[in-house]
Amino acid sequence: MNKKIIYEIKGMYRDDFRITGYEFGEGAKSVCIVGSSRGNEVQQIYCCSLLVKKLRQLEEEGRIRAGHKILVIPSMNPYSMNIQKRFWPTDNTDINRMFPGYHLGETTQRIADGVFKEIMEYEYGIQFTSFYMPGDFMPHIRMMDEGYSNVETAKKFGLPYVVVRKVRPYDTTTLNYNWQVWNTQAFSLYTTTTSRIERNGAGQAVLSVLNFLSAQEIVKYSVPELMESKVVCDTDMVSVRTAKSGIFEPLIKAGEEVVVGEPLANIVHPYEGEIMETLFAPMDAKVFFMHNEPLTYANTAVIKLVRDQA
Amino acid sequence: MVETIASVGLPIDETLKNKKNRILPEKSAEEGKRISIVTGIHGDELEGQYVCFELQRRIEKDRENLAGIVDIYPAVNPLGIDSITRGIPAFDLDMNRLFPGNIDGNMTEYLAAGIIEDIAGSDCVVDIHASNIYLTEIPQIRINELHEEMLMPMAKNANVDFIWVHGASTVLESTFAHSLNSIGTPTLVVEMGVGMRITQEYGDQLADGIFCLMHEMGIWKGKVKQPRQPIISRDPDDVNYLNASVGGLFIPAARHWEELKKGDVIGRIVDPLCGKVLDEVKAPVDGILFTIRDYPVVDEGSLMGRLLRKEAYKFE
Repeated sequence: MNKKIIYEIKGMYRDDFRITGYEFGEGAKSVCIVGSSRGNEVQQIYCCSLLVKKLRQLEEEGRIRAGHKILVIPSMNPYSMNIQKRFWPTDNTDINRMFPGYHLGETTQRIADGVFKEIMEYEYGIQFTSFYMPGDFMPHIRMMDEGYSNVETAKKFGLPYVVVRKVRPYDTTTLNYNWQVWNTQAFSLYTTTTSRIERNGAGQAVLSVLNFLSAQEIVKYSVPELMESKVVCDTDMVSVRTAKSGIFEPLIKAGEEVVVGEPLANIVHPYEGEIMETLFAPMDAKVFFMHNEPLTYANTAVIKLVRDQA
Repeated sequence: MVETIASVGLPIDETLKNKKNRILPEKSAEEGKRISIVTGIHGDELEGQYVCFELQRRIEKDRENLAGIVDIYPAVNPLGIDSITRGIPAFDLDMNRLFPGNIDGNMTEYLAAGIIEDIAGSDCVVDIHASNIYLTEIPQIRINELHEEMLMPMAKNANVDFIWVHGASTVLESTFAHSLNSIGTPTLVVEMGVGMRITQEYGDQLADGIFCLMHEMGIWKGKVKQPRQPIISRDPDDVNYLNASVGGLFIPAARHWEELKKGDVIGRIVDPLCGKVLDEVKAPVDGILFTIRDYPVVDEGSLMGRLLRKEAYKFE
């Protein structure tokens, strides 16, 4: 294992800002794995820390195949994590909206540039990332519908779902999008949670990366038979929306199967305790995403369902 | 006439209302044109608040000169303004990356779509921004090169000091102005002053400019000032970006909108702990400083100013 500083800037009163990477194996740039880019992505850094531990063990046991280099960057943004702020501490910009970066630009553009110079040219790129809405997910791989990545490779993670996302204008400055522009097959890995540690989900995420590394013959690791991932397009998901704002009372969890007409959540009056609205399943489906904050707004897609036979 | 164009109930005993004020002439304006004044997409930008007030004050004073519709949208992100938050509170989203929105979408997308639907069809829209809390800007209009032909004649009438025509960028396609310009509703983006403050002088200057625009459109029959002739820049090489080489405290030495010679000192980055000057920021070329840093603390890379090179002072 080679621990190295990927990027560094001097702080005024804070300790210097450092992005640390861990290299395993030697040879061609095979896989780069990136953890949190936002300050609240603790499950993402946790997954990477478990991966570093596991890869270190595999390296010591000679189970990283010759000719392959793996780089893990647990966090691109320790400054924000240490003050529990989602975006960059001073100007609130999002590092994951700054790629490919600019070395003469503003601070987060420089950080993106510094990181990207190190992590481009890998054959595969895996980013642990999070959704802008608070909620729990079915673990899945997300990839863009245009570019270099392909669905068959994404299935090698063995996660329950592969979601193919239609590219939107604001996606063009993300790491995933830019990795692909520079010929890296890029996959975003959504684990179950974001701002709290969920050990089972993290274990599943780590195992999925090992599945992938094993399937691509980068590490020697015997994995159980891979689950056949279901491929869905993000536009095929069915959103269940609130009509009312209030206290959100979930009745089911992400990952559960529901049948048409089943109650999914209640919206409760915050002063009087009355149920103002019950959200029902419009079809037989699996719960793919579930809002997990105690309050909700009206007109909000608090639940996303996916047909089980997708 | 104050109208609510979109509203959403919040969880605890509050309703978010997006409001506009429609000012009509004393006589029917069925044939008249419509100008929409929009501000507050970013909740920490307040310069447009004063402009909304001042415009209405002047219109009211000479209401008989009004010959068209003036729609004022002072708070596109009302929760942001009332909580000193740049983005949409609770979502931490930049509202100016959500347009054109989606009427069937989430609360934020729904609000964005409601605003676009209401404003679409205006004969002119002025979207007033105030940079951010870090930088002070000279009154200027920024135009995406894709829409230059439609917008430049209007921009020249707006009494700003500078018109900056910039390149197209995919990520900017989700802005308010781009969404409206793309459907043929001409929208000028004004940047002036600094976040969280009101620069009354700039507000008065822009108010004068909006009256010039209204006069040109036939919405205002009263006397207006001759709009000042703006500097127009189209070449990306005209603008020099001054980014901090090191983190520290930026102490400016030059004045905003000051003409500088190559090598003139713009400011210093200092270390208050050790009392040392870490860097002296100098003008890389002869030019005029149209952006200057207001917020003193800088990280490496923070923007301290923008300098328009001398060769770019073209008046058309």
